[in-house]
Amino acid sequence: MSRRRALATAARVARQLRHDPRTVALLLLVPSVLLGLLAWILRGRPGVFDHFAPSLLGIFPLIVMFLVTSVATLRERTSGTLERLLTMPLAKVEFVLGYALAFGTSAVAQGALVSGLSFGVYGLHVAGSAWLIVLVAVLNALLGTALGLSLSALATTEFQAVQFMPAFIFPQILLCGIVVSRDQLPTFLHWLSDVLPMSYAVDATTRVATSAAITTALILDIAVVVGFVAVALVIGATTLRRRTP
Amino acid sequence: MPESAAIRVESLNVVRSETAVLRDVSFVVPAGQLLGLLGPSGSGKTTLMRALLGLQIVASGDTEILGDRAGAVALRNRVGYVSQSPAVYGDLTVMENLRYFASILDVARDDVDRVLADVDLERYARSLVSRLSGGERARVSLAIALLGAPELLILDEPTVGLDPVLRRDLWTLFARQASAGTTLLVSSHVMDEAARCERLLLLREGQILADLTPAELLERTRTSSYDAAFVALIEGST
Repeated sequence: MSRRRALATAARVARQLRHDPRTVALLLLVPSVLLGLLAWILRGRPGVFDHFAPSLLGIFPLIVMFLVTSVATLRERTSGTLERLLTMPLAKVEFVLGYALAFGTSAVAQGALVSGLSFGVYGLHVAGSAWLIVLVAVLNALLGTALGLSLSALATTEFQAVQFMPAFIFPQILLCGIVVSRDQLPTFLHWLSDVLPMSYAVDATTRVATSAAITTALILDIAVVVGFVAVALVIGATTLRRRTP
Repeated sequence: MPESAAIRVESLNVVRSETAVLRDVSFVVPAGQLLGLLGPSGSGKTTLMRALLGLQIVASGDTEILGDRAGAVALRNRVGYVSQSPAVYGDLTVMENLRYFASILDVARDDVDRVLADVDLERYARSLVSRLSGGERARVSLAIALLGAPELLILDEPTVGLDPVLRRDLWTLFARQASAGTTLLVSSHVMDEAARCERLLLLREGQILADLTPAELLERTRTSSYDAAFVALIEGST
């Protein structure tokens, strides 16, 4: 593992983003505008925005980062640049870390902006620390990047990659406890929700929203999300193939 | 001679979806040779090159590059590769592309200026690659392969789509590299480019049809143009 090559890759991905200001604007603004829209819709219904917004603060960045990362990695595969890099002294893990670093930085900016607006302008109130909500939002965005990196290996066309979003992210949204509380799900679906990363992210934000105490359960939830990010990144590195048929 | 071989391929077989793409291919390339790999499209040129780079899953056979197994980690900054479609980042400038690959190869920054001059692209250094023409993009891809002056260059149709003047300039560059000791394997389906090589491998349906010098090719087929020679060779073999 060379830190120099991972950082060079991160800088290169960031430079590509800089040449595409519209994508940067969309990355930053879309979640913020969506949360603002939700606040507007729920105006005059006290408590409802406070109930949904903390979870959505994590889910919107996850979706955006998942899509952007899937398409970016697919482009590396189809343009031949990934193959070229793999004939050079670049380790797969350096490639994956480079992407995680570059998009992770975008995720921090995105998470900071959407949280800042939610708490400062949209009037979001939580019982616990707002910083913990920001932390989970950023972790979720990183999770989106990590899932995008590992799942894009399964896609061979852009059409497939885009459909992975409803295929892999929507079930998590349905099962994470926003629609129906997780303990009221049918037994099998409850088990299923227990192995999906978004369930833990939403559990964590719900805990912060309803209680000021930093409990072991909260720390565990956050640790599980971090674990999922790490595992998805490792899977992402292993799905890069140097030798192909 | 065998000790200084840059490429040694023995009974290489590649099978893709139950079709033999390369059949029992064997050859040795001494260091410093400019070898042309010619053949119609679909003859297995790209597959052979990918096998030499360790990118191709092979069914059987041995492939040794610069004394090491093909694709070995130790070879990753000793072999330069240009794939058929330019593997460059369209949303970066020429300079940004070169600097990124230079940092991956751990090559000094002034090497970027050298390769840029080699492919005659200095005036486009600050241009976005996506705004360049196809030929210019191909030269950016070639410049990346030249970074760090690798001992072996594997170039898959580097002159395709280029005008005659540029093609001549690039072949002059290849010859200069070879005389400096670099081994080059250059594929082409433009038979006239055969004249520029020291030695030719003619590939057809995954098999080596002929392994000879350009002069021997014309002599053996009693033709005056390489196109005619190739047709004669194919018809003679069937």
